[in-house]
Amino acid sequence: MASDMNTTAQSQTVATGDMSPAQPALSRTFLRRLRKVGLGLIVPLTLIAFWDLMVRWTGTRLIPPPADVLIMMWDFAFGGIYDDGFSASLPIHLWVSLQRVYGGFLVAALVGIPLGVALGRSPLLRDMLDPTLSLLRPVPVTAWLPLSMIFFGLGPKSAVFLVFLGAFYPILLNTVFGVKSVDARLLEAAAMLGCKGSQLFRSVVLPAATPNIFNGLRLGHGFAWILIVVGEMTGVPEGLGAVIMDGRTLSRTDLVITGMIVIGVTGFLSDRLIVLLNNRLLRWSPQHHV
Amino acid sequence: MSDLQNPQAAGAPPIIRIAGLNKSFESDTGRTLALSGINLDIHKGEFVCLLGASGCGKSTLLRIIAGFETASDGTASVFGQPVHEPGPDRGIVFQDYALFPWLTVHENIAFGPKHAGMSAKEVKRITDKFTEMVGLTAFTNHYPAQLSGGMKQRVAIARVLANDTDILLMDEPFGALDALTRAKLQEELLDIWRQTKLTVIFVTHSVEEAVVLADRIVVMSAGPGRVDCDMTVDLPRPRDVSSEPFNAVRRTVAQRLSSNLAPGRRLSTGDAA
Repeated sequence: MASDMNTTAQSQTVATGDMSPAQPALSRTFLRRLRKVGLGLIVPLTLIAFWDLMVRWTGTRLIPPPADVLIMMWDFAFGGIYDDGFSASLPIHLWVSLQRVYGGFLVAALVGIPLGVALGRSPLLRDMLDPTLSLLRPVPVTAWLPLSMIFFGLGPKSAVFLVFLGAFYPILLNTVFGVKSVDARLLEAAAMLGCKGSQLFRSVVLPAATPNIFNGLRLGHGFAWILIVVGEMTGVPEGLGAVIMDGRTLSRTDLVITGMIVIGVTGFLSDRLIVLLNNRLLRWSPQHHV
Repeated sequence: MSDLQNPQAAGAPPIIRIAGLNKSFESDTGRTLALSGINLDIHKGEFVCLLGASGCGKSTLLRIIAGFETASDGTASVFGQPVHEPGPDRGIVFQDYALFPWLTVHENIAFGPKHAGMSAKEVKRITDKFTEMVGLTAFTNHYPAQLSGGMKQRVAIARVLANDTDILLMDEPFGALDALTRAKLQEELLDIWRQTKLTVIFVTHSVEEAVVLADRIVVMSAGPGRVDCDMTVDLPRPRDVSSEPFNAVRRTVAQRLSSNLAPGRRLSTGDAA
């Protein structure tokens, strides 16, 4: 047995050997990380420089230079510069938007995963619901805006509904796919080991479908952040989407860009959170590490 | 070596009895007869190899005994009971391992005992015992993706042993492994068989593998799948693959196998020319 164990045993020692001479290995990982961050920064920094240059060169007053946006961001977060209605209001808007995004996203997950599991397991249910779902799916979520305003009125419920709709389909479809495509061999293996019925579902189907369910959650989560702006166009007073709409009405482009940046950064950070959870739960599957 | 049609082990009833078994598959192009008129008795503790070229139905026969497929006519019974569904009395080792990738080596081996409702202590005792038997104690916390093919197949074997199986069904288990690993695993499998006194049905298309392992070789022929002959291998163990008696047996088995293949092969070369 030694012969085929060698490969894994060796890669093990390589892995640990990487760590044991602490000093050089540590600085090497640090340098590698620094290099990654540096490489990632090249494009955004170039874009900002280009933005600055173009504003100066064209002399436009419709778009503020990056420095003005930076000042706006500071004021939006901490106040003390413009002292208007938007000064130091970031925490409120961010908090409200986070609640709506995660509210809609959680409802989408709570409905999408069980329904997806049921659809994946039952051909009868699939035959019943597939046509309806396939008809509704191509309708863009934004097209639901007028109807959702009628259903839920002008207010946050409409926003949550849109976020829910946007996150629901990717979660549902990926769950169905995950449950349907469980390797038949694994079901056979479980059956011959004496695992049946509801045990089979909990011990085999669900864990086997987890990578796909996570894919759906991650996609749905991305859509949730995209749709929050649309959702908050529906006349809510607070929220990052509302800030962007207000900025547009007031021709405060610096405010619009500030709102965009805050959404981008928050969306990115909360995606990292999902990735972290994903890597923790799926550490058995190297190809699902992100 | 002798040509025995029905080896009778001291009057004891066979552990597996296959009688008048046919298996056909329905498809768009019609019915295909995969197995025809199979009769086979296997006794407790025997190591039987089902040997044949691809398409002879040897894997289908194994899957019927396992309970994954049902016979079209005739019966397959285990311990006197007709086979309806898979069960823990028949442990299967697949060529592609079929380990649960989200479980560690330890958890994979513990799967059967755990689902049988044993206490955590008992599960651990059994799992540790069989992990050690296949030499993977240092790898209990590894996931299948971190293991080589040979190690994965050891886990698969330990998994069915831990489930206290009576019959070990192996479907070309070493077919995807390199020659060195395969030889090593064959040796270990024979050790395990000696220690556990299991009944083993081992599907292979390798003549050498069959002669190394088996007490009894059931040669199957294709179109439709039939039992061509049933031979007892009475070479002493451990078997030396380079010895003269071993090669004599191998030659006989190989000739028997290729006598089934020859007409088809000649036809296809004729077509090509």
